[in-house]
Amino acid sequence: MGRAVLPVRVDARLLLPVATFVILLGAIFWLQPRTMSYFGLNLMLNLAVPLALATIAQMMFLTINDLDLSIGSFVGLVACITATWLHDRPWLGVLALLGCIAGYAAVGALVQWRQLPSIVVTLGLSFVWLGLAILLLPSPGGNAPDWLASFVGFHMPLVPLPIVACVVIGLFTHVLMMRTSFGVVLRGMGGFSRAVERAGWSALRARMTLYALAGCFGVLSGLALVGLTTSADANIAQRYTLLSVAGSILGGCSFFGGRIAPIGTVIGALTLALASSALTFLHLGADWQVGAQGAILIAVLALRALTGREREA
Amino acid sequence: MSARLRWLVRQPWSWSFAAAIVVWLVAAVAAGQGAGGALTAALAFGTFYVIVGLGQMVVVTLGPGNVDLSIPSTIALAGVIGMKVMDGSNGGIVPGILAALAAGAAVGLANAGLVFLLRIPPIVATLSASFIVQSIAIEIGGGLLVKPPPALAWFATAAPLGLPLAALVALALSLLVSLVLARTIFGRTVSAIGQNRRAARLAGLQVNLVAVATYALSGVLSAVCGVLLASFSGGASLDMGVEYLLSSIAVVVIGGTSVNGGRASPAGVWGAALFLFLLVSMLNTLGFGAGTRMVLTGLVIIGVITAAGGERAA
Repeated sequence: MGRAVLPVRVDARLLLPVATFVILLGAIFWLQPRTMSYFGLNLMLNLAVPLALATIAQMMFLTINDLDLSIGSFVGLVACITATWLHDRPWLGVLALLGCIAGYAAVGALVQWRQLPSIVVTLGLSFVWLGLAILLLPSPGGNAPDWLASFVGFHMPLVPLPIVACVVIGLFTHVLMMRTSFGVVLRGMGGFSRAVERAGWSALRARMTLYALAGCFGVLSGLALVGLTTSADANIAQRYTLLSVAGSILGGCSFFGGRIAPIGTVIGALTLALASSALTFLHLGADWQVGAQGAILIAVLALRALTGREREA
Repeated sequence: MSARLRWLVRQPWSWSFAAAIVVWLVAAVAAGQGAGGALTAALAFGTFYVIVGLGQMVVVTLGPGNVDLSIPSTIALAGVIGMKVMDGSNGGIVPGILAALAAGAAVGLANAGLVFLLRIPPIVATLSASFIVQSIAIEIGGGLLVKPPPALAWFATAAPLGLPLAALVALALSLLVSLVLARTIFGRTVSAIGQNRRAARLAGLQVNLVAVATYALSGVLSAVCGVLLASFSGGASLDMGVEYLLSSIAVVVIGGTSVNGGRASPAGVWGAALFLFLLVSMLNTLGFGAGTRMVLTGLVIIGVITAAGGERAA
């Protein structure tokens, strides 16, 4: 198979997440036509923004074949820092958030240096983040900084802010990871690290960069979340850990080979967020909501596996 | 002596046991007394980690990407079904256990179907399946707490001479799993798949059948854990499995099983399970708050895995 096939295949990978998203959105509009408005879309999609950011953070790990089991706790910690320090003493808050990102980079260095399984290191890390968050904010509370709340709550003319935000996130990450040589090197580390190292790039620096990028997107996710909820809780984003894995796989990322799809990943996260709205509009019993979400995931992933011939099993 | 020491250090499970002993001694010294009691408690709670850890270990040994995230919901489902069928009477124990084990096997087979027939990556396949299983458990459970039969409740909590009976079940299961992994065609095939799936298939091994059975085994072991846990805690609650999602993975990897597959370490599961429980109880004894306790737990987990090293050459 020659080169000409390549762009087509890339598009095909994007086709499934897009189709799923459109079908789901159509179903919601049909079930509840009132959602088809500026206000309705805003309400349905605004909580999808922090999830999309966390999913992009997870994708950074997937780029180098790692998995982050701590992203949910990390977003919780960022939320707690934002609602306390960043609100009361902004400079301390900024310093703490930068420290969190540096912490991620340090963990990347540790994983690379000792060749550790990321899944266990991030498992331990999740306890660290959660513990720090509990130390900082033992019971739910805190306040969102005013500038943050007004930024997140800003009413864009014509197009709701969450949609603009998701488009910006998707395009920015797409350009960064897929269209720059910087991104190519990082993805190459996931594809065939030995070859990229032979070509003179540092695997240590690549892993630290990706972990730090994950930290950056995690921080953005926490900021967006606190801006929306206006207060924080250490456990506020625990669900994000598994949802971010599901979202990025739904979006076309792969566990192996540095194959990622930034735009698909954002759409995957949006789909997961919409799925719970759709199930609410279906008046499905609360008991079956989670189960239906699982069934949707299975249906989409089965389609993906059966249409695109993935080589993983 | 030094040769024996070197042999010991090279064993995949030695790190977890060393860590467990250190933590146990620190806890005993800090508390001043009650080292025996701490060990009994560690065995009682560690039993649950060990049982699910064994299932997770066999799945992980299948190779990179293989993991069972449906363990918590399977624990809940099996616990609920078991208690419902037993309905609090000693006569219902046998059918109840059988029903629970069947439910566990069914979940495992469903997982395997998603992974191997629909070719969904195991992490998301078992995660999605767990959502459905959770809903089924809620539907069956119906919010009622059914008490375990008295005989089973006694069995799950009794600890004559400081040795919990349930720990003996876990010990028997560990020996069985070790034996199966080391001495049967099934076990050797599991390791072979983990080391090189393609080579295993080309060698004429029943790769798919064994992999399916592996997921089923994990489901069955989760079911055993579910029944024991429900009996231990006076009834099946729907969230009783939650903490076993991450801890089942932690005990497997801290115990020295390779995350890249192909090398299992059943003994290490014990060391890691005791270590994890003793670590939390040590931090409790030392009087740390919830936040500090978590930070230290996390740092110690990272420390142990760093000390034990990653993928050293076999």
